[in-house]
Amino acid sequence: MELASKTEEQLRIVSVEGSRIDAAVAIEFKDAMRVQTDSGPDLVVLDLSKVDFIDSSGLGAIVAAMKHMGQDRKLALAGLTPTVERVFKLTRMDSVFSVFPTLEGALAELKAQ
Amino acid sequence: MQLSPFGFVIQSGQLAVREALSKFLEQLGPLNLDVEETGTVELVLAEVLNNIVEHAYPQPDQSGPISVDCAHQADGLIVNIKDQGRAMPDGQMPIGQLTSLDVEMDDLPEGGFGWFLIQHLAKDVTYDRVGNENHLRMRLAIGFF
Repeated sequence: MELASKTEEQLRIVSVEGSRIDAAVAIEFKDAMRVQTDSGPDLVVLDLSKVDFIDSSGLGAIVAAMKHMGQDRKLALAGLTPTVERVFKLTRMDSVFSVFPTLEGALAELKAQ
Repeated sequence: MQLSPFGFVIQSGQLAVREALSKFLEQLGPLNLDVEETGTVELVLAEVLNNIVEHAYPQPDQSGPISVDCAHQADGLIVNIKDQGRAMPDGQMPIGQLTSLDVEMDDLPEGGFGWFLIQHLAKDVTYDRVGNENHLRMRLAIGFF
């Protein structure tokens, strides 16, 4: 489970480089997210545009990553592909995160705040 | 068009789940499913198989066969999944309800979505313990003819 990250104007962008966040990689994903978010900006955007499949274990891992960041920081999600978006909608987890259709849109809006 | 019945057996394991999903989807190729239908099939099967790997054959000491069989009917795909692992608690499958998300961040659920997704996306889901086997049967309402 490879994650790429860069920091722009007090905001960290973490991009998932794999196509699946499933039970086989959920723990690895959680650990990699910790490494990417333990220090650095309070605002993190998780770019999911390359992910075409997520299962309930992957969803749980994203929730765990957000909880690990703590109350005072924010994890936003961007670039959800159709099946990934559906999992967030069905479980109503789209109400817990700020969800943006594209990374560009997320950056434009979040940097303006 | 109607698919011929198909099936296969995998040995329990997390990477085996990925293999089973791609095998299953490959068999559905002739149906030309759209992205939503494909997503439904992949999600339901992933949740069912992950549950078996995690709970019926708990690691590290347990493994065993999981068989997946599919018959294509006019009202969808009838999928039968069998394993020889531990029975479900109280001999029943979970009802699969979402818990409230109106809670403090630390109390947000990190699990319990699997059965909700199965019950929500699949129809006519039944579970039986038959001898030393778990039998799960469901209908996926796609590929009507």
